[in-house]
Amino acid sequence: MASKPRTLYEKIWDAHVVERRDDGTCLIYVDRHLVHEVTSPQAFEALRASGRTVRRPDLTLAVPDHNLPTTARRDAAGRPIPIADVESAQQLAALERNAPEFGIRLIGDADVEQGIVHVVGPEQGFSLPGATIVCGDSHTACHGGLGALAFGIGTSEVEHVLATQTLLLKQSKTMEVRVEGVLGAGVTAKDVVLHIGGVLRAAGGTGYVIEYTGSAIRDLSVEGRLTVSNMAIEHGARAGLIAPDDKTFAYVKGRPYAPKGAEWDAAVTWWRSLSTDPGATYDKVVVINAADIVPSVTWGTSPEDVVPITGSVPAPEDFADPSKQDAARKSLDYMGLTPGQKLTEVEIQNVFIGSCTNSRIEDLRAAAKVLKNRTKAANVRWAVVVPGSGLVKRQAEAEGLDKIFLAAGFEWREPGCSACLGMNPDKVPPGERCASTSNRNFVGRQGPGSRTHLVSPATAAASAVAGKLADVRELG
Amino acid sequence: MEPLREVGGRAIPFGAKNVDTDVIIPARWLKTITRDGLGRGAFETLRSDPDNLFDSAEFKGSPILIAGDNFGCGSSREHAAWALLDLGITAVIAPSFSDIFSGNAFKNGILTVVLPQEAVDRLMEVAKTDPITIDLEHQSVTTPFQDRFTFEIDPFRKHCLLEGLDEVGLTLARDVAIARYENDAATALPWLARTGQSLGEHTA
Ligand code: SF4
Repeated sequence: MASKPRTLYEKIWDAHVVERRDDGTCLIYVDRHLVHEVTSPQAFEALRASGRTVRRPDLTLAVPDHNLPTTARRDAAGRPIPIADVESAQQLAALERNAPEFGIRLIGDADVEQGIVHVVGPEQGFSLPGATIVCGDSHTACHGGLGALAFGIGTSEVEHVLATQTLLLKQSKTMEVRVEGVLGAGVTAKDVVLHIGGVLRAAGGTGYVIEYTGSAIRDLSVEGRLTVSNMAIEHGARAGLIAPDDKTFAYVKGRPYAPKGAEWDAAVTWWRSLSTDPGATYDKVVVINAADIVPSVTWGTSPEDVVPITGSVPAPEDFADPSKQDAARKSLDYMGLTPGQKLTEVEIQNVFIGSCTNSRIEDLRAAAKVLKNRTKAANVRWAVVVPGSGLVKRQAEAEGLDKIFLAAGFEWREPGCSACLGMNPDKVPPGERCASTSNRNFVGRQGPGSRTHLVSPATAAASAVAGKLADVRELG
Repeated sequence: MEPLREVGGRAIPFGAKNVDTDVIIPARWLKTITRDGLGRGAFETLRSDPDNLFDSAEFKGSPILIAGDNFGCGSSREHAAWALLDLGITAVIAPSFSDIFSGNAFKNGILTVVLPQEAVDRLMEVAKTDPITIDLEHQSVTTPFQDRFTFEIDPFRKHCLLEGLDEVGLTLARDVAIARYENDAATALPWLARTGQSLGEHTA
């Protein structure tokens, strides 16, 4: 084969083509399938109805996360504590039935490995560089931080993957988002991806798979890269990915599902070969100067509504596009903000540190560093830290981070999606504001009437102390 | 899936434009675990009006729905297709559909028929009093009054609907190719072809 220079995405794609059709559609092999309780019940139901089986249960892993309350799950005698919401309980029970029936390993609600599906995959070494990874969830691109091609799918596709381990797909266009330079003090991976969101806008990535490149991305830790890739969908992209390197290999090595021995060495050799070839071209290139990125915060109801923490709330007239002006008016009204208001003057009542974007150990360390010997302001009614998995929780406790959070007036919870979306008991009350490390600030996302400001863990912690959205760099 | 050759009977002359998936099935129904029973939530808000079309003696259980432009816009929830099926609807006629909805409808064996606005207007008129017939084989919609409108449909989708083939079934028919890929991968990319931890029985 003549070797035309190819991008990382194209190499992973080519390695997974089972069949190519005349119209360009390809049957693509899926290496890893993560299943959670919300988007899978009807897929299993359909398999059962048609007498079909799961083709590769060994490449499938199930874990509940969205509906689980983050309070204790077992009583003192070790018995399960019933879940009050009937529909939540039903979805969870369905997963507990379906996984063993179809031979799939289920990580149970009280297992130490349980957590948010996008935290669990990388943590277990189930998600690997160069793999195709799917999950019935829009933030599946998260795993792209390892250099995997990972994306969200709908319930029919979940059924399709369960039955055939493949998907019918058309290849996406490629976009390079290159962040060059060195990030300033107090600027984190979350600020990078919020900033990118502001540049690309919510639909700027539609039809593309994004590869994040440049020295600022390479300098990020693997966990930071997972944070960046997590939000690719918020730019409308099908997936986001980052070339795997020595840091990635060090992160993956030794994890339960990761390759071992001679196979490990062969895997590393292959992973190294996946990087975009010199001379390969992207359909679109966006270059961002790392020095332009500061701690960022959202003011509106779309992740593209980003401003620097040092900035102020924009006015609808600041936008050229009339439809954006209209959307801005609605957002300002919903968020209860006035144009010109300084972000650091916006009072908050809730702080949520968690979600698949920012609930890994480094996120908790960053928040704890800010909160050490400090307490939340009196007007902050509810401040909570929800670790991304039981293993993250255990690690944080070993480091004493839980003590710092508790002393600062935070609650310390069991792992799950929690207040990222209003599907379990953790919600932000109507009209109240939340500094949140999650990824979506949509209307009603954290509960009906909730007002979300997306921030990094460090900014969330600093905001808890100030009682207002705060610039972590000012705290010193 | 059931093969679909002809859909005939009363058609609900609904006609509304930009009907989004939240109208078809409100978000509170998304926490279900089966496809069945979603008919109860279908058009729930509209059907809270006791005089609604869907529950009228004349149109209850009709297999066809006639709607306005951009039917099924909004979120990608597949529940919209399941809700229509559970209500007994197997074909929707409209001047245009959202792409995601028509994809979801097709995957679930619902025929979406795109016709020009004038044709839809005429069918709305007829539907008030008389049945209409959709013939997929000949790609036509007819009325007892000699109206005949033809429509376009993707040949692949037509074939699948006529034969009752679902996408999963079609891909399963490619088993030889999938197995070949798996064999090759087991040698070339063994770290992807299986996991580093034994996970019980391999049933493939
Ligand atoms: S934490 Fe939030 S974004 Fe992530 S999987 Fe859960 S609900 Fe989705």
